Amino acid sequence: MDFNKDLDARGLNCPLPILRTKKTLNEMASGEVLRVIATDPGSVKDFAAFAKQTGNELLSSTEGGGEFTFFIKKK
Amino acid sequence: MDEKKLAIIATKGTLDWAYPPFILASTAAALGYETQIFFTFYGLQLLKKDVSDLKVSPLGNPGMPMKMPFGPKWFRDINWNIPNAVQAIVPGYESLATTLMKMTIKNNGVATIPELRSLCQEADVKFIACQMTVELFGFEHSDFISGIEFGGAATFFEFAGETDICLFI
Repeated sequence: MDFNKDLDARGLNCPLPILRTKKTLNEMASGEVLRVIATDPGSVKDFAAFAKQTGNELLSSTEGGGEFTFFIKKK
Repeated sequence: MDEKKLAIIATKGTLDWAYPPFILASTAAALGYETQIFFTFYGLQLLKKDVSDLKVSPLGNPGMPMKMPFGPKWFRDINWNIPNAVQAIVPGYESLATTLMKMTIKNNGVATIPELRSLCQEADVKFIACQMTVELFGFEHSDFISGIEFGGAATFFEFAGETDICLFI
């Protein structure tokens, strides 16, 4: 999937992946896509909840090799 | 949709209990909540310029696992059940436990308190220090970080009365 910006949140724990994501999204334009890679297992539910509450669209959420990848489209 | 609001009362002044208010406030701010934290009694310790002296005490805290943050896995898995009577009598036990806790925090990629606190401030979380406790404990306004307000219970309720969520920690 194409994305405009990449955020490496590996090794970070709650709530840092969400806070960094929010900060990065603030610097992006509406409609742009952010890719986030995290290792915190709690981030799967957290990113879904973040998207639901902020209106930014979670395009995909996948897991592989202990890493979680999220694609988020800025509102 | 109107902006949601969260108010937190932070009353604890130890390293472990410093986390919940700052984690919840920074996350709420990221989710779009207007957020305030009212720091009262021991919670004031969390607003001091230097928070490096915040400690965690395993004494009388049966819920706290005492595991070593270093060594082989079998060693790190041991939970050291040290009786309260022993903990109380060993000088520096609290400092040792705090050092080990800080190592564990770092190993797990958990943010430090100064880091979470500045993330809150960057996200416009409002910090209010209880003026009565400032005087009661003999603090000076210069002991605290900048960008905070000083007020009393009425100041807290002015905001808390309009919130969707209000937590006492």
